[in-house]
Amino acid sequence: MQTEALQKYLEAWEFELTFGEETDQFLNVNVHPHQLLEFMRKLKSDPETYFDYLFCLTAVDWESTMEVVYHLESTKHRHILVVRTKTDERATPVLDSVSNIWATAEFHEREAFDFFGIHFKDHPNLKRLFLTEDWKGYPLRKDYTDEANMVIK
Amino acid sequence: MFLKFSITKTIHDWLFELMPAGVAGVVEMILIAVVYLLIFAVAGLYLVLLERRVAAWFQLRLGPNRVGYQGLLQTMADALKLVSKELTGTEKADKFLYNLAPYFVIVTSLMALSVFPFSEEFQAFDINIGIFFLTAISSIGVIGILLGGWSSNNKFALIGAMRSGVQTISYELSVGLSLLTMVLLTESLQLSEIVAVQKNGWLIVQGHIPAVIAFVIFMIAGTAETNRAPFDLVEAESELGAGFHTEYSGMKFAYFFLAEFINMFIIAAIGTTVFFGAWLSPFGITDSIPWLGVFWFLGKTLLLVFLMMWFRWTFPRLRVDQLLRLEWKYLLPINLFNLVFMAGLIWLGLTIKF
Amino acid sequence: MEKTLLYEELKSQEYFINMGPQHPATHGVLRLLLTVDGEIIKKVEPDLGYIHRSIEKMCERDSYQQIVHLTDRMDYLSSHINNEAVCLTVENALQLDIPDRVKVIRTIIGELTRIASHCLWWGVIGMDLGALSTYFYGFRDREMINDIFEETCGARLTMNYNIPGGLMFDIHPNFVKRTKEFITHFRNKLPEYDRLLTGNIIFQNRMKGVGILSREDAISFGASGPVGRGSGYSCDVRKHHPYSAYDKISFKEALQTEGDSFARYRVRIDEMWESMNIIEQLIDNIPEGDYKVATNAVIKLPKGEFYQKVETARGELGVYIISTGTKNPYRMKFRSPGFSNLSLLNHIAVGGKIGDLVASMATLDLVIPDIDR
Repeated sequence: MQTEALQKYLEAWEFELTFGEETDQFLNVNVHPHQLLEFMRKLKSDPETYFDYLFCLTAVDWESTMEVVYHLESTKHRHILVVRTKTDERATPVLDSVSNIWATAEFHEREAFDFFGIHFKDHPNLKRLFLTEDWKGYPLRKDYTDEANMVIK
Repeated sequence: MFLKFSITKTIHDWLFELMPAGVAGVVEMILIAVVYLLIFAVAGLYLVLLERRVAAWFQLRLGPNRVGYQGLLQTMADALKLVSKELTGTEKADKFLYNLAPYFVIVTSLMALSVFPFSEEFQAFDINIGIFFLTAISSIGVIGILLGGWSSNNKFALIGAMRSGVQTISYELSVGLSLLTMVLLTESLQLSEIVAVQKNGWLIVQGHIPAVIAFVIFMIAGTAETNRAPFDLVEAESELGAGFHTEYSGMKFAYFFLAEFINMFIIAAIGTTVFFGAWLSPFGITDSIPWLGVFWFLGKTLLLVFLMMWFRWTFPRLRVDQLLRLEWKYLLPINLFNLVFMAGLIWLGLTIKF
Repeated sequence: MEKTLLYEELKSQEYFINMGPQHPATHGVLRLLLTVDGEIIKKVEPDLGYIHRSIEKMCERDSYQQIVHLTDRMDYLSSHINNEAVCLTVENALQLDIPDRVKVIRTIIGELTRIASHCLWWGVIGMDLGALSTYFYGFRDREMINDIFEETCGARLTMNYNIPGGLMFDIHPNFVKRTKEFITHFRNKLPEYDRLLTGNIIFQNRMKGVGILSREDAISFGASGPVGRGSGYSCDVRKHHPYSAYDKISFKEALQTEGDSFARYRVRIDEMWESMNIIEQLIDNIPEGDYKVATNAVIKLPKGEFYQKVETARGELGVYIISTGTKNPYRMKFRSPGFSNLSLLNHIAVGGKIGDLVASMATLDLVIPDIDR
């Protein structure tokens, strides 16, 4: 589906969605964390969208909020969608895990947990992936400081 | 002119002339032991060098060629380095067994070396059950490997040792049976007898089809028994690090290492003795000069050694279940059939004799 | 009283093996925690981070020109393609018009990189399976490519040949001649690979039916590159989202449907043939023109988000830049192919032997710095 058609199709669903600007590279859609899991399930199962390939999952620290960005592609229709979800709770953000929809999310969510401290509910094995178990803080957050290991210009 | 002189006999007579029989016997034994230890060390070291040069040749490299002429002293230098190295070990190892293991391996291969007829007279121990002795001795070596792997308190070593146990126990069946097939022809287990029979043609010619089958099986099973590629699961470095000798260092490691090469030499030497007429020259061209037997023996043995090196540097490794399947489902039935085939051949008098 | 013994009662004790971080089969500092029952693998748990340098955090304080250099150190076997990915993202964001000459040269060098990487992989897979000689044959041919690179970019591994806006300098006058020489040489040598390893019965027994990955699982685990294509999943970024000069040339996407280790092996061998085809199509008609377009000394991307996929030798590399309009990215994410491919290792290795794990891991072609960015 083309971007406009895809946007129209998604708008018809019963979710509170806000779409990104037209100048964006891919179609961006913001979804409320409460609806995330349901929305993702539908994106995967609906034959018209059929987003079966999660090629990138990343978190962004916007200083006041935490955002998780999911890049989805359909191997059947070859269209791309970017799903974003924001949470205000910055200290211990909690989001639903999508690892039972896309198996690749398991590792990517562990990475996001490791570096951003985002807790994914119902994740099968949520623990530090790169860092040691007793590491303090989450290095990719903007307010992270480490006198010994970081060179700040 | 029939020229025949014997160094061993001369020394023997000279010793017994010089001192009383008891002392002379002891001195002779010590002399023989020293000679065989020397053979062992030199053969081991130069087989390592040969392997490295052959490997280099297969792999588009040069190999060691700096220490001494064409690298001839390279392995001596390596041995010196290994002697001077610290002997490390794991803290919770079973110290006694851990230290005992390398000697098990090295003593058995040294014992096996003693029965080979290098030439007509150059044979330390012409036991009347020679072949049986060889198969028995070559399977004791695995105890050393099992002990080493088990006692060094390392899981990789343990897996390697267990694999080794499984592998050796399976494959010595094939080694034994293929040799048994040939014993049907010679009607004797004594190595000197086996060589004598071959004066009418090497056994591989005498027994033609079943002998060739037996030889192929012997080479496969022999390679497996020495734990060399493609059957080197014991020390599969991409799976188990260094396998059973992961925790050994310095000279203890060197013992395992040398024993591996001597075992390869032993398997090749058994092959030479049983299939290719040991020290006999082809068509009897040098029968008038007996001491050239050593040359023929070593020549044939090194050819087989080269064959085993060729296997090692071209084949990938088998998986452990495939290894056992190959033995129990293919080699063993073929071998049993081959034994009956050979017996039938002899019964019908279809062997080739010159 | 007679009692039938169940399998569960006869079961031996499970134990752990710590494979790595220093282990010959893990090709670097990857640590695998294996739960093993005898020789049979029950669970594989990768433990990462032994060479994590936090490149993503470093990117947040670096300028875009500097970031290119960091990407060499991710997947060092396809460093050129990594550089290209970052450059393409920046160029797309700036909407620069890149000369055709640059595109063609980038494509040729990218394909040479792919061949070099696959040569090394082929050497290493033989070594993992115990055929030690393959390593040297693979390196013999890789060396020729490295010599070509050395002449043109001055480096053999971390090339830094791309800059945002084009190339650092023009190709060496010998480049075309030597590349052609290499192609003729390699067309003769690639069948040698098949003779030495592919046709070997032991090798085929070790590879066939080992580490089976179905198409659905491949997609779900985000497999890409030869791993995905070995499962019959058409995922070649060069085909589906063409970049540089890939839209101008015709090439086949190497696909196998079995999904086992041997299929992944075959895909990589086929890819080497295809890469040679691609180079041959381009090498004779490199367009004349500039080798770069001028950019500002300080590159500032417009506010927004930019994503670029490229096909490295290992699979799909994604570069995701979030810019707030300053000279540094606000957030930079590399979606590395090895990371997703590693996540399916547990799935394909469970139930196999330790030897199977090594075989399947070799066909995943992991490069650890790519996973531990």
